[in-house]
Amino acid sequence: MLKRRPLFAALTSLGLGLAMLTPLASQAQAPAPNKVFRFVPHANLAVLDPVWTTAYVTRNHAYMIYDTLFSEDAQGNIKPQMVDTYETSRDGKTWTFKLRAGLEFHDGKPVTSEDVVASIKRWASRDAMGGILNNFIDHMETPDANTFRLVLKEPCGIVLDALGKASSNVPFIMPARIAATPGTEQVKEHIGSGPFIFKADEFKPGSLAVYVRNPKYKSRTEAPSGVAGGRPVNFDRVEWVIIRDPQTQFNALKAGEVDMVEQPSFEQYETLKKTEGVKVEDFSPAGLQFIMRFNHLHAPFNNPKIRQAAMVAMGQQAYINTQVGVPELGRLCRSMYPCGTQYADENTGYFTGIANPAKAREMLKEAGYDGTPILLMRPTDLASIAKLPLVAKQQLEAAGFKVDFQQMDWASLLARRAKKDAPAQGGWHLFLTAWTAGDISNPLAMAMFNAKGQNGWFGWQDEPRIEDLKSKFARAGSAADKKKIASDIQAIAFETATHAPLGQYRSPTAIRNNVSGLLATPGIPVMWGLKKD
Amino acid sequence: MLSFLLRRLAALLPVLLVVSLVVFLILRLAPGDPAAVIAGNSATNEEIDKIRNQLGLDRSIPVQYGIWVGRVLQGDLGYSFYLNKPVTALIAQRIEPTLALAMGTALLAVLIAVPLGTLAAWRMGGVLDKTLSAFSVAGFSVPVFVIGYVLIYLFAIRWEVLPVQGYKTLFGPSGAGLWDWMRQLILPWMTLGMIYIALIARVTRASVSEALTEDYIRTARAKGIAESAVLIRHALANAAVPIVTVIGIGVALLIGGVVVTETVYAIPGLGSLTVDAVLNRDFPVIQGLVLFFSLSYVLINLLVDLSYLFLDPRIRY
Repeated sequence: MLKRRPLFAALTSLGLGLAMLTPLASQAQAPAPNKVFRFVPHANLAVLDPVWTTAYVTRNHAYMIYDTLFSEDAQGNIKPQMVDTYETSRDGKTWTFKLRAGLEFHDGKPVTSEDVVASIKRWASRDAMGGILNNFIDHMETPDANTFRLVLKEPCGIVLDALGKASSNVPFIMPARIAATPGTEQVKEHIGSGPFIFKADEFKPGSLAVYVRNPKYKSRTEAPSGVAGGRPVNFDRVEWVIIRDPQTQFNALKAGEVDMVEQPSFEQYETLKKTEGVKVEDFSPAGLQFIMRFNHLHAPFNNPKIRQAAMVAMGQQAYINTQVGVPELGRLCRSMYPCGTQYADENTGYFTGIANPAKAREMLKEAGYDGTPILLMRPTDLASIAKLPLVAKQQLEAAGFKVDFQQMDWASLLARRAKKDAPAQGGWHLFLTAWTAGDISNPLAMAMFNAKGQNGWFGWQDEPRIEDLKSKFARAGSAADKKKIASDIQAIAFETATHAPLGQYRSPTAIRNNVSGLLATPGIPVMWGLKKD
Repeated sequence: MLSFLLRRLAALLPVLLVVSLVVFLILRLAPGDPAAVIAGNSATNEEIDKIRNQLGLDRSIPVQYGIWVGRVLQGDLGYSFYLNKPVTALIAQRIEPTLALAMGTALLAVLIAVPLGTLAAWRMGGVLDKTLSAFSVAGFSVPVFVIGYVLIYLFAIRWEVLPVQGYKTLFGPSGAGLWDWMRQLILPWMTLGMIYIALIARVTRASVSEALTEDYIRTARAKGIAESAVLIRHALANAAVPIVTVIGIGVALLIGGVVVTETVYAIPGLGSLTVDAVLNRDFPVIQGLVLFFSLSYVLINLLVDLSYLFLDPRIRY
């Protein structure tokens, strides 16, 4: 025993010595544990510019540091955010907005109408809905530092919808000098007027993004609702910790190393519900929708009857069972606008969302399908949608289609779906993907309703009726008119089989039990309102 | 030796040139378009074309390669398409965790494997030898992620003595203290160490056991030299060349190929940077990393070759 004492003493001294090497300064400045929130986002935060990319993780980052003119509340209504008051001229062509007093960017400069106009211009150069609004704008004016004015060529019913757009691309407000960067280039500074300040010096792409509370943030006085209303911040520091492996995310949450995992894998759902110290909550009630997109350019899918037959072959339940695997998280929804959103309409005619291979076979025969193989692309590396094409293959074959199943990584799929060549020459017939409800809850935002033919979205549908109705929708003044037009667009979309909605699902979040105040939003995990005991 | 060194360093240039050309061509000819990835889900072909033009991807491959080589010769590896940062800065940011992981693992493996392999060779067929053989088979066979998860479960979840994941740098104002820095690496070192301990121990055992059959060992024993000295100064010293070679190859592999361990422990090293760059078709980053890995491999091999001079006096360059 005596001989072991020196060794024990040496080890103890070494341990103490090493412990003492922990920087004392950082210990002294460390905020209280309940003032630090550690969040695991669903993807690596690589790009920081929310106009340059539509990536959701970048949009979510931007909600931390930027503010918006208008925002969407929990009921889907557009509410003023940075804007204090606004008015419309009698002819509906001039919109005047006053900013709330005292708004300030993180660099200490006041938010001015010049900043707003520059930000709107940059956003409109990239965003589809922004582009539509821009077509209506004759010019913008800044009569004073707190007032800006949109002067339209003709009255337009989407001004507030566009400025309050909650999902990518969101019209976030940046300083004019930064917003002067072309939309095709990334901004180099990340300064907003939002509730958190981005710590560029601590940013490590692929590892960590740090935000600290903005002490000068002017929160609205209303209660938080959706992404609208007040934005009370209860943390001094928020860390976004990038953990790619779902099992490690789970372990880190269980061990209390992180407070929230945005999108745990569906396989862990049941285990998480039973895990001590952890709870499962849902911040995005409308969730996401799976879709299947046809290439309208090439046979056999240049024939709407054959597209309709493929739609009839689709059964939503199989997609939810296979990709999600948790029945309570899935929802059958025939509408192209997600169920639970304002334009949802389940009056979908022949499309029931329940697989009917026999009827699909009949329809195929009537349409004269000649057995041309359908080139179906599967992204093997994108776990969130990788199983969908397996179901599609089975259902299409059950209906009598021949399927040429092509597996590739997501980057290859993105490149291939941009090719207009015939499938045999490097093009394609079908791909499947998922959209968050916020991106497809409005006919102007829905990419699949871009029916401008060769200049439209991948699949290149040429359907002037849809484009005409979208134009009417943009001009419509009342909510009832908009609802009617949105339904009319969907009716044509089903008639022409733009794409097939394949079921809706929620992707709940996992948080520690001592965290409360998670807000329901249109798919955005916001860090305000949250509290940690 | 100087001429050998100069010749080897001069040979670096054609190696790097060929590697860069092959990688450049593979990336351009393989499916996948960075512009399509950048453009996002709701983009149109027109937007993708604009981005391609902005990135210079619409130029011919020889022109793109010429521009890139020109920049590399000036020490500029280019800018990441996505991260809006110079490739050199990205590599510099990721090199510390990777080196910490690689060097710590190599050190741990050498400290454990060389004595174990030597002892196993000394008592070949004994309990230690059989145990080491069984461990080596397990070390080679069990996937790294399984070892990682088991260690995390035991040390981080069950006993709560080590962290599950993460990496804090040792340096800078926000750097972790030395103990915290080591704590976060103990499990990754152990995880990766298994396979390298198995590998180095097997090679050590084979080399030392072969050396132990040599005449000079019999002579040494006949002279009455202590068995420990026979083992270390005669057998191990003469078996060192293959052992050092394996260690060198191991370090080179560790620098470029620890993606799984980095993923399991959420360590932001060069492995995860490579995977992200490949998945996003971030050409400048992939090219920069391949150049860096090639350079590392060549230099480590050079160091190993140079070490032979000290380990075996018969070797001359």
